[in-house]
Amino acid sequence: MKKLAALAILPIAAAAMPTQAAEEVNIYSFRQAFLIKPMLEAFTAETGIKTNVVFAKKGLVERLKNEGKNSKADLLLTADTGNLIHAVNQGLAQPVQSEVLDANIPEQYRDPNDNWYALTARSRIVYASKDRVKPGELKSYEDLADPKWKGRICTRSGKHSYNLSLFGSMIAHHGEAEAEKWLAGVKDNLARKPQGNDRAQVKAVYEGVCDLAIGNTYYFGKMLHNKKNPEQVDWANSVNLVFPNQDDRGAHMNITGAAVTKYAPNRDNAIKLMEFLSSTQGQEMYAQVNYEFPVKPGTPLSGLVKEHMSDFKADKLSLSTVAENRTKAAKLVDKVQYDH
Amino acid sequence: MTSTIESITPSQPQRSSNKGLRWLFGSLLIAVLVCLPVASIFWISLFPEENIWSHLADTVLPHYIETTLLLLAGVGGLSIVIGVSTAWLVTMCRFPGSRLFEWALLLPFAIPAYVIAYVYTDLLEYAGPVQMALRDWFDWRNARDYWFPDIRTLGGAILMLSLVLYPYVYMMARAAFLEQSANIQAASRTLGCNAWQSFFRVSLPIARPGIAVGLSLVSMETLNDFGTVDYFAVKSLSAGIYDTWLNMGNLGGAAQIASMMLIFVVILISIERISRSRQKQFSGADRYGNLDTYQLSGWRAAGALLICGLPFVAGFLLPILLLARYAVIYFDESWTEDFLTIATNSFVLSALAALLCCLIGLLLAYSSRLHGNSKLMKTGIRASGLGYAMPGAVLAIGVIIPFAAFDNGLDSFMREQFDISTGLLLSGTAFAILFAYVVRFLAVAAGSIESSLIKVTPTMDMASRSLGLNSMQTLLRVHLPLIRGGILTGALVVFVDCMKELPATLILRPFNFDTLATQVYQYASDEMIEQSALSALLIVLVGLIPVILLSRSITASRRC
Repeated sequence: MKKLAALAILPIAAAAMPTQAAEEVNIYSFRQAFLIKPMLEAFTAETGIKTNVVFAKKGLVERLKNEGKNSKADLLLTADTGNLIHAVNQGLAQPVQSEVLDANIPEQYRDPNDNWYALTARSRIVYASKDRVKPGELKSYEDLADPKWKGRICTRSGKHSYNLSLFGSMIAHHGEAEAEKWLAGVKDNLARKPQGNDRAQVKAVYEGVCDLAIGNTYYFGKMLHNKKNPEQVDWANSVNLVFPNQDDRGAHMNITGAAVTKYAPNRDNAIKLMEFLSSTQGQEMYAQVNYEFPVKPGTPLSGLVKEHMSDFKADKLSLSTVAENRTKAAKLVDKVQYDH
Repeated sequence: MTSTIESITPSQPQRSSNKGLRWLFGSLLIAVLVCLPVASIFWISLFPEENIWSHLADTVLPHYIETTLLLLAGVGGLSIVIGVSTAWLVTMCRFPGSRLFEWALLLPFAIPAYVIAYVYTDLLEYAGPVQMALRDWFDWRNARDYWFPDIRTLGGAILMLSLVLYPYVYMMARAAFLEQSANIQAASRTLGCNAWQSFFRVSLPIARPGIAVGLSLVSMETLNDFGTVDYFAVKSLSAGIYDTWLNMGNLGGAAQIASMMLIFVVILISIERISRSRQKQFSGADRYGNLDTYQLSGWRAAGALLICGLPFVAGFLLPILLLARYAVIYFDESWTEDFLTIATNSFVLSALAALLCCLIGLLLAYSSRLHGNSKLMKTGIRASGLGYAMPGAVLAIGVIIPFAAFDNGLDSFMREQFDISTGLLLSGTAFAILFAYVVRFLAVAAGSIESSLIKVTPTMDMASRSLGLNSMQTLLRVHLPLIRGGILTGALVVFVDCMKELPATLILRPFNFDTLATQVYQYASDEMIEQSALSALLIVLVGLIPVILLSRSITASRRC
């Protein structure tokens, strides 16, 4: 029995040992492995640098912080601004000077102090029922609080990172007091207690539970091109995409991004990976795998994104400002009892 | 025979000897190690970013608490009803399929709670097959034409959690019923009790320590569940913990809520212990007599079949069939060549954790038997079980802190003294995961072993010691054979729990390291569980083997 156990632990020991390959880069990723795998494989094929990944949606910032200067992690990959800027604010990242990154990534999508860079972008928009909402009937996020939508709006939990960013941007644009009034108005208009993910809200519109849903843009692509779940194609076809605030500041934007860790043992490789991901090839792949927007100007758009979402005005509000308002937004959500 | 004895001190003969002290120090040392993560969480709770309580109290705290209490009461109550009734039926009654149900009733336990939640949502929601069929039959057009219970509610969460957690109560209750002396049964019947009276007045009170252990495990699992309540949008205290930590960037504040929850658990368990502190039961050597079973027939047999069949079908069969269907449809997306490695990772980690938990659990329970009067010992043992009541991700942070501190401390010491860098020795290794599993699930093994051990009469120890065996020999040759059932039960539960464990594994794991549970999570985290059905199914299948093997041994422990 003991021998068996000793034998059986071998694969674990092997997996746990740091690989001795000369060139590698270690990634703490908030994005699922299956989303980043194709790009990482392309990167390894091109450079010969091996990539090692730990994926988790929480706790990695704390792990990095406690591991301190001995941490093996080189790069943080995040799915939103919240975790990225939180890590930077905790002093866990280092500034990166790279002509390639500066050329590929517009200023709006990188840290003024070069601590973090965005790699893809998405907008948080309104999905409106084709049958029950006339085109042009809803023009802005502000309109969502209009009592005429009472019992007609579906969203996921107000505490979800994407909603906190949107609410944070409302605080930045209107101040806390106005934002609270607005959020209370939206809450009053909810058709049901917030539940499920963004996709589930569009489904609810399809099912007639509500007429408006708030969701990220890429879910539209994920539903419209879903071969395994053809019913999701119907969900997507039941809604119009409404990019809010096109007459003024533009639609709220969020990003996925990366930062090189402060004590990165393979700093150069980490920068190489970021440069690869910001290149036209990397951007095309990275954006396409999840129907997101590339941040590098001029990157060819995937068919679906080009057709449905290429022409809109994006809010230029600084992402750091949005991130700074997240805690305030989370408290507003509690205050108006958004989730209850 | 069971006897009520106010104070028994089997430990007195060896209290002064050094050998006895070794047990004490050994178990205290281990208890302290196991307590480190919880202590770390207490520690960081002293340094919140800002005071979270005034905001919480003004807004959502009453709601969190109310929801949590309702959830606890609902899941606890339902688990007891299902667990005790089925345990009694399969142990004391014979009806068609009763032998099969002995182990089949354990199976829902192998299914992670968030998986069953997802499966049932898929089945019962508006677009699901059930409502679709109803609409077809009755010609309803849309949701406004009829009423259908919403699964994504507090009630739904209670039902889902009970379906996968009742096996804790079932297992403990069954072990307790099996260990009961046949003589008591006979005596109660001779004294004029009918089968029901005999159950309520004799068997149930005797089984109470076991049932209480099962119930406290259910309660702690319920408290730290996040996956299910999050999916069902039920805002319990663990939702508050994650919200404070991740959305308000206040880890200290989150640790305070977690600590508060722990204190609540301690109070709950203490109340239960005090209420039965005057009751001590020991079973004599006659417990191997055959239990008198009731042969059921007719409508009684049908009733028993229904009571046992329902939780099995709802908690296991149905979800498994649906998962199997997804697994077939999504086979191309889900299959990876790494599956063998991933399944091995899960299996080996879980088996090692089960082994370690049982060894440590046995050490703690036996030391406490030898040093029953030591306050320190008692406190140490209670504290070592606290990890179980902490949400997994918070516990993972509690593991990271001492491990990283040790690694970095050792590294700087070695650099200064010998100019060698040892780097991170423990952090980010499979050992860190294993440690987290032990911290988290020790309470399960220790509880099961302890509730078996306290039923062995102290006269056994006395007889063995007076015949010249030392404490170690007594443990190995007298107690171990007697409490085999309890140990195996503990091992089984820990194994299956580790197979399902997710949050701590995710955060602590080495680079490029996956278990079946993390594989499930990759897709399930985005509500795409169809793609991970294959991994979910593998968790259940790998978990099935020990469930069946151990269930047979548990039964055999009675029959040998």
